[in-house]
Amino acid sequence: MSERVLTVEGLATAFPGPAGPVRVVDDVSFHVDRGEVLALVGESGCGKSMTAFSLLRLVPRPGRIVAGRIELAGRDVLALPVTEMRAVRGREAAMIFQEPMTSLNPVQTVGVQVVEAIRLHERIGADAARRRTVELFERVGIPDPGARFDAWPHQLSGGMKQRVMIAMALCSRPKLLVADEPTTALDVTIQAQILDLLREIQRETGMSILLITHDLGIVNELADRVAVMYAARFVEEGSRTAILGAARHPYSQGLLRSIPARARRGVRLAEIGGTVPPPEDWGPGCRFAGRCERVLDHCAAERPGALRVGEGHQVCCHAVARDLAAATREAAR
Amino acid sequence: MSGPLLRVEGLRTWFPIKRGLLQRTVGHVRAVDDVSFEVPVGGTLALVGESGCGKTTVGLSLLRLVEPQAGHAWFDGEDLLALPEEAMRERRKAIQIVFQDPMASLDPRMRIRDALVEGMQSFGVGADEAERTERVAALLARVQLDPDSMWRYPHEFSGGQRQRICIARALSVEPRLIVCDESVSALDVSIQSQILNLLSDLQDERGLSYLFITHDLSVVRYLADRVAVMYLGQIVEEGEAERIFAEPAHPYTRGLLAAVPSVDPAVRRVTAQVRGDVPSPSRPPSGCRFHTRCPEVFERCSREAPALYPVADGQARCFLRDPAGQAG
Repeated sequence: MSERVLTVEGLATAFPGPAGPVRVVDDVSFHVDRGEVLALVGESGCGKSMTAFSLLRLVPRPGRIVAGRIELAGRDVLALPVTEMRAVRGREAAMIFQEPMTSLNPVQTVGVQVVEAIRLHERIGADAARRRTVELFERVGIPDPGARFDAWPHQLSGGMKQRVMIAMALCSRPKLLVADEPTTALDVTIQAQILDLLREIQRETGMSILLITHDLGIVNELADRVAVMYAARFVEEGSRTAILGAARHPYSQGLLRSIPARARRGVRLAEIGGTVPPPEDWGPGCRFAGRCERVLDHCAAERPGALRVGEGHQVCCHAVARDLAAATREAAR
Repeated sequence: MSGPLLRVEGLRTWFPIKRGLLQRTVGHVRAVDDVSFEVPVGGTLALVGESGCGKTTVGLSLLRLVEPQAGHAWFDGEDLLALPEEAMRERRKAIQIVFQDPMASLDPRMRIRDALVEGMQSFGVGADEAERTERVAALLARVQLDPDSMWRYPHEFSGGQRQRICIARALSVEPRLIVCDESVSALDVSIQSQILNLLSDLQDERGLSYLFITHDLSVVRYLADRVAVMYLGQIVEEGEAERIFAEPAHPYTRGLLAAVPSVDPAVRRVTAQVRGDVPSPSRPPSGCRFHTRCPEVFERCSREAPALYPVADGQARCFLRDPAGQAG
């Protein structure tokens, strides 16, 4: 039995809206095992980043977690006092973001910032912390790490800054790394370098990664399992090969088909018609119903439950449920 | 397709670096350094490269939104870069530009109708206000927006809808060439495919030509007839789109293509072939500008600058393609 690093049950995070609180994360449940990479994938505004922020209790005000349970490395995150929560961040779980520049202090050298992060979690002398920082810089592929210790953030390229952020995240050997669009702001050749690095470090340390991304290519590169989010809810979850190779939810299928990389000149791209509905238009049923090619009469009115369609593969869709029921009847005949 | 609509020759746009009290010029950022290409009539040239390669400056230079120092841009038999300012303003009717961020290119205080009429007024499209309003309605319908939405403001639309508005605005003056500068890069993939299909349909309907500037190779494959790959201010490879994807000739093009993650679950392939960071365009490396990151570098590369050598239907700036032999 593999070790659970993270268990999330019925998580809901809400922001006040003109017509009452809006749940930007709505009844989300998942888990991450030791050494596993789970990708949360979805388009802007689907709630994937807010899910990540919720795990570390970093939801920006006036948003707040309104329901659910989060267990991180055996601790009930939502019950911890603020001071203990601070210790959990960094030691149990660390986070890296899309924009490394906004996460680094512009008026302090990068080395000093990593030293501070180390000494926040460990009683260790300044010299030892400095040596550890240089080792970490070397490990994350920063050339001439000794000299770069004294560099200012603005002197580093986007890729180098992201390496610094990774070094900082690794400094207290967390069990879980939450990576929120870690390569989105980077050029593709630099993105490839960072993906290589994340994969190596994950194998070396055995840490788990919760990867937040909109890019199914990156999912394919790093993830073991994938959860697809749409309008604050999970719509499908399964192994990398199940989701990328045999997705069942019409939204996951539409996303995969509309990727232009598979297209050719003159061959029309598949589209998902319409746009994501704003929260005020979210009805009681499936939130994808308004754009769905396979919509049924009851889709907009009834929320589809999670349906098991394969080993560790579940999907929330009335049309898939009907397919399954039909297949069962067929088999019984 | 026949002949080029636009032929760019030896385009050079350098930006001075000024230092000190007297603001003396101490060097130049060689944003665009001797760039030549053609955009076919009714076709698409994709200009591809990573941040800082100069691709955006090429687009801005052609519209003379920045002034290039040298080169020609032949459009309809006229050199755009030699035209007096007044005459150039006229030509901007024929060449429109659609940027990445539609919110930044739409005035937040202007109704959509007024934003679309502005260009028509200055170029004398449409006889009177009533006719222009009618044209706005038709344009909005064409980009699949409700014509009645012309009375609304930009913030009332989603990102994808705003980009449709920017496309309608570009179309409003009946251009022949549209420069699309990262026009779909900020959009979610489900919206991106809608806009790409729209651009493709408009091209077929109206015989439009596109100069499609992007960092994203995956969108290029869908839209481009020809591709030019830029690195540090220069074109390093140019040719027919299908061939570039199937048989890239330049090591940089190969590295770019290899770096794009696939969504095929049977293919987990990304390995970083291209090492390190892009050097500064104010001090490009000696010899071949790519030699500091090239997986196939050899001695001659740092010593001598390669020319563009012929490759199949195009050209590549790499000594491996030198007909006189790699060693020179």
